[in-house]
Amino acid sequence: MRNKGTALHSAEMMIPRVGGFRRVKDHLATFLAVGAVILVLTPLVAIFVYLLYKGVGSLNWAFLTQTPKPVGEAGGGMANAIVGSTLILLIASAMGVPVGIGAGIYLAEYGQGRFGKAIRFTADVLNGVPSIVIGIVAYSIVVLRQKHFSALAGGVALAIMMVPTIARTTEEMLLLVPQSVREAAQGLGISRWRTTISITLRTATSGIITGVMLAFARVAGETAPLLFTAFGNQFWNFNLNQPTAALPLQIFVYAISPFDEWHRQAWAGALILIILIVSSVAALRVVSSRGMMKGAS
Amino acid sequence: MGVGIEVQQLNAWFGKNQALHDVSMKVTPNQATAVIGPSGCGKSTFVRCLNRMHETLPETRVEGKVKIGDQEIYGTGTSAVQIRRRIGMVFQKPNPFPTMSIYDNVAAGLKLNGFRDRQKLNEIVERSLRHAALWDEVKDDLKKKSGASLSGGQQQRLCIARALAVEPQVMLMDEPASALDPISTGKIEELIFQLKEHYTIVIVTHNMQQAARVAEYTGFFLLGKLIEFDKTEKIFTTPSDKRTEDYITGRFG
Amino acid sequence: MENRSLQIPRLGPNKEVSERRLSIVRNPSVIQPMSDARIRLADNAFQGAMLACGAAIIGLLVLIVYELVSSSGLALHAFGWKFFVTQDWDPVNDQFGALPFIYGTIVSSVLALAIAVPLSVGVAVFLTEMCPRSLRAIISFLVELLAAIPSVIYGLWAIFILVPILRVYVEPFLGRYFGWTSLFSGPPFGIGMLAAGVILAIMIIPIIASITREVMIAVPRQQREAVLALGATRWEMIRVGVLRNARAGILGGIILGLGRALGETMAVTMVIGNRPEIAKSLLAPGYTMASVIANEFSEATGNLYLSALVEIGLALFFVTIIVNAIAQILVWRITRGIPARSHAQ
Repeated sequence: MRNKGTALHSAEMMIPRVGGFRRVKDHLATFLAVGAVILVLTPLVAIFVYLLYKGVGSLNWAFLTQTPKPVGEAGGGMANAIVGSTLILLIASAMGVPVGIGAGIYLAEYGQGRFGKAIRFTADVLNGVPSIVIGIVAYSIVVLRQKHFSALAGGVALAIMMVPTIARTTEEMLLLVPQSVREAAQGLGISRWRTTISITLRTATSGIITGVMLAFARVAGETAPLLFTAFGNQFWNFNLNQPTAALPLQIFVYAISPFDEWHRQAWAGALILIILIVSSVAALRVVSSRGMMKGAS
Repeated sequence: MGVGIEVQQLNAWFGKNQALHDVSMKVTPNQATAVIGPSGCGKSTFVRCLNRMHETLPETRVEGKVKIGDQEIYGTGTSAVQIRRRIGMVFQKPNPFPTMSIYDNVAAGLKLNGFRDRQKLNEIVERSLRHAALWDEVKDDLKKKSGASLSGGQQQRLCIARALAVEPQVMLMDEPASALDPISTGKIEELIFQLKEHYTIVIVTHNMQQAARVAEYTGFFLLGKLIEFDKTEKIFTTPSDKRTEDYITGRFG
Repeated sequence: MENRSLQIPRLGPNKEVSERRLSIVRNPSVIQPMSDARIRLADNAFQGAMLACGAAIIGLLVLIVYELVSSSGLALHAFGWKFFVTQDWDPVNDQFGALPFIYGTIVSSVLALAIAVPLSVGVAVFLTEMCPRSLRAIISFLVELLAAIPSVIYGLWAIFILVPILRVYVEPFLGRYFGWTSLFSGPPFGIGMLAAGVILAIMIIPIIASITREVMIAVPRQQREAVLALGATRWEMIRVGVLRNARAGILGGIILGLGRALGETMAVTMVIGNRPEIAKSLLAPGYTMASVIANEFSEATGNLYLSALVEIGLALFFVTIIVNAIAQILVWRITRGIPARSHAQ
């Protein structure tokens, strides 16, 4: 039947006629959707509740200041792991943040052509590489050459993960700066590189910092790339070229161990880790909402 | 003092489209010259060729000669950046630097070109704000308020002050008041009248009454060509070209 | 020519305004002139430095591929493509077959998707179409918070909370009623493929939900209104007017979730049981590609052992790259290239 009536006819075919049953389905859909939200939020709540419940008990001053005690002895802490994580993250940031921001600047200001497209695509692809694979690469580049595990190797692994993330968020923030701002600077006779740094970058600063913090929070919780780069250490270590303890690593080792005492400490360590990460995620929400209003006028 | 501008056979392209055809014009120093015409006639493009801003857009080309004072700005080896330091530009939509204070906005052109003398900087900032008729309104909040927190009219005067701070010889204005309310527009027009004394001004406007109010000379553009260029009085009372007459009497545009 | 003159009052000298006499001290050398060459050099040097940073990203990819290929050379040479179809993982006797891990990775990921997709779409539908405005920000923040929890903490929680629940309640239930389908046969350890699938599902829900939300929001309002105007209920409007239009994007989100599940290491390692055997039952322990690397890499004795593990890493790398690339293309086309993080909500 190829006439004008077909259109309406097929629309009616898509939407069944039966009145009451349609309403039931509508309510059912709403019920299921709400159910999905409840099901999804339950583990979230459960995780936080258990972290607090099981972690707070073991969280004490000793935990935060002592190194692990030998197996079997009670007490001890994860102080060296907290410091070690900080050390590794500093190394990673020192390498990853400048390169990431530089790449972001390139993409936003100079990257409209094919090379820019290639970099953009590669960055998105890199963001999806499993962190364990990055660990293997860092092992190959650093550990194999130095013939020992090190904080440096761990830092390299995390830096590799930070670069593509920071590059894309920096690009996004710089593109938000209106073209009129760049034009104003050029009209004043300010050279291109000066415009980019002192005007464009400066306008997008809060957004870029948000992006860096996001990447930082993400790698702060990573364990896999550290398994055979930083490797872990029961004692204090401030030497970049020695195996170093890291908080996520320590949590992992304790969690899979057969000792109750270590399980308790694993929960405490996890609580500290989650506090650090969640506070930076919350902080970046505040900063980015304020930054949006200031930066992109 | 301002300098004169001499344009000879200026042609400009956006990719394959030619936006300006053989434009030639002599701009008198220390006078205001208005550039009028319907939308798309090339008046903005023309003015942006005068300070080499046109070439900052992708796939653009310029041919011809433009002399500011006695310098050929398209001569081989001349730097566009240097040229733009001698020419001030005010844009249609006020564009103060959003994260900078009022003081930093005005000082931006100087500071970013290496000027360091703090004392002198303060003097120049105050002077530029006075010349832009903005000093009294902002003198207490120079470093506290950001450029973006001012009203539209104030922002535009801030942009003028910013342009004046680098002491250009020519001021180019691309529809500076079209985004502003009538009172601010009036203030800007008064300002132009004063600035004429020390700068050469070229102002693009789609408002013919504005051109008649502030400019001694007027150029009428249509479809990328300069149709007529003469004293403002003559253009608006006894235009030589029929197309000019049609435009000023409102038959089109 | 007619005298169609325009009588316009000219702007004359304004007495008050003239009071503000401009007093300019002309000083043309306020700005130090810089030679053109220096300006051009600085601009080019800057662009070059930024280009180098951008090129570094491509360099990283090249580096990753190079290191993976060269380090797995030994195993590639020794076993060829049979590496991926042999079941035998026997480091003691230098026998390395990766099939159990490939099987484990695929099964745990597919299971995770089966659980996560309906839940994620449900959450996205709720947040986009049904949620009262006041609750939207809070609930979407909470869902995003799930993405911020590190894998090792998921694993910790899974070992001590999820696994006992599975072992004591869920698996015996499944075994009693569905044991006849060899899917749920065998003793309920708690630890095993099912636990891995569940924890993976929880971890990938935020990704699938957020992409689904984005593509749903991208569907223009006119589509929704057109369906409503035909007399549809809200669910019918969602099904026909939104989900149908957003299909490709949702698929992209699902594939992105798959990519994430394939590469997920810590949480899976902690609950999958680490047994390199292929078993039909979901209640049995298993092993994934990421897990075997995590567990055995630092203890690997012998170059062949290490090389075999790197080869597994190489395979994992290529699979996740391809999967993610497909997902990116699908999602990109829908949201038209807006970077995935722009939640201006």
